[in-house]
Amino acid sequence: MTDPALPQGVERREISGTRRLATRGDPVYGEPTDGEWRAWNPQRSKLGAMLASGMDTGLEGGETERVLYLGAASGTTVSHVADFAGPTYAVEFAPRPTRDLLSVVDSRPRLFPLLKDARKPETYAHVVEADVDVIVQDVATRGQARVALENRRFLADDGRLLLAIKARSEDVTRDPDDVFADVLADLEGGDESEGGYEVLETQRLDEYHVDHLGVVARPR
Amino acid sequence: MTDTDGWFADATRDDEEGLAAAVREGSATEPRDWPREAVEAGFAADEDEYYDTLHAATTAATHAAVTELEQADDRQLVHAVRAMDDCRRTANELAERLAEWAGTVDSEAASGIEYARDLAASGRLEGEPGAKPITSLAARVVDLADEADDLREYVERQTPAAAPNLAALAGPVLAARLISLAGGLESLAKKPSGTVQVLGAEDALFAHLRGHASSPKHGIIYTHDAVRGTRSEDRGSASRALAGKLSIAARVDHYSGDYRPELEAELVERIETIQARAEGGGGDDAETGGETDD
Repeated sequence: MTDPALPQGVERREISGTRRLATRGDPVYGEPTDGEWRAWNPQRSKLGAMLASGMDTGLEGGETERVLYLGAASGTTVSHVADFAGPTYAVEFAPRPTRDLLSVVDSRPRLFPLLKDARKPETYAHVVEADVDVIVQDVATRGQARVALENRRFLADDGRLLLAIKARSEDVTRDPDDVFADVLADLEGGDESEGGYEVLETQRLDEYHVDHLGVVARPR
Repeated sequence: MTDTDGWFADATRDDEEGLAAAVREGSATEPRDWPREAVEAGFAADEDEYYDTLHAATTAATHAAVTELEQADDRQLVHAVRAMDDCRRTANELAERLAEWAGTVDSEAASGIEYARDLAASGRLEGEPGAKPITSLAARVVDLADEADDLREYVERQTPAAAPNLAALAGPVLAARLISLAGGLESLAKKPSGTVQVLGAEDALFAHLRGHASSPKHGIIYTHDAVRGTRSEDRGSASRALAGKLSIAARVDHYSGDYRPELEAELVERIETIQARAEGGGGDDAETGGETDD
């Protein structure tokens, strides 16, 4: 049984008595498993929350789908992405979580860890290939729209940006709705050289992540 | 490697070290279809081989970078920030000595590091009595001041790696000074925030404990904008709030290590509330800001 909105390799399965999202791969954070399937906890993953909320991410899955993941942290979400997608570049800036990311990488030969600053794409443009199909962005920093615009150079013209905006990272004192509106406006604006994005769908992820907005966008 | 080359341009597939170094240090303005270019250049036989090599190289590069950054530990910072302060203080003392001495022969004598820099570069004392030792002393002052600048840059680079949250909240130099005063990140993380608040004000604290002074409102955190930018009757509250957030940051840095930008946002919000008392004549928070912290 497959859900039309889920990419190939991601399924809703009964694990430990509950229906959950799941992918096939080595478990990494003590998640429940059923054979080779392991549960994907949307409470711990913004992309998981976007899929669980039924957003149309445009993700297809399969070994030809190439992904640039910004803000991989300790690898919770990116491990699931590598389970269902092809070559996956995982960019993370902080050394400590990257150490955990390295253990996730061991059993996933098409997952490439990069200790780099997502605000400086030129420091990894010599490694990450052009025209990736998907950019997943989950960076807890101010200027999340800028990060997306800077990294647009990696994305294929028909590719998708899957963005989780964290309101508290932009400005903890403002109403999240105002913050989201600003970030979306910046995404759609952008300098001429950077193009900008067309926002296809947005959805609050509060059921799983307080004050987060899930965004699906494509290059303009 | 130029800025239009891929990570594989300057090494062969079996040169693991060279490839890992290229991943770490290289750059390019724009990405290209690297897998195809690598195969065309004969670097790899096919895409699979390319990706296998990329996996090995990125893993090795990231492993090396993580190890190196994690060794950028607080012990190194403590030494660096102390050396920086020593160099700066000594440079200033010697610059004063130099100004006094040079003033006897130089009609354009001024004071400070800038004067030493000017004197060392111009060589205008030639022919005057004592020209050689005075100019030489000026050069030493300049060297020491430059060394202090270099050490500051080192501290600014290393602190965010050793203590990302503390560096974000306090700025890298103040963060390093707090770690230095506490004797390390672990001991800073274990101190109550009231102690963090008066680190660097030990003289005033002990005067207070001996019973002939009010308690200090702040120690070295006085240099933080959150304290300095607050009117004096609210500085006690501001330093208490700042010290609280800095303690949390130090604990996150020591026990977890991940960067949490919301800490900084919370601090900004809290300080804005405190500073708003100056306008509102009371403020909307429950705390009673006082002249001293007892």
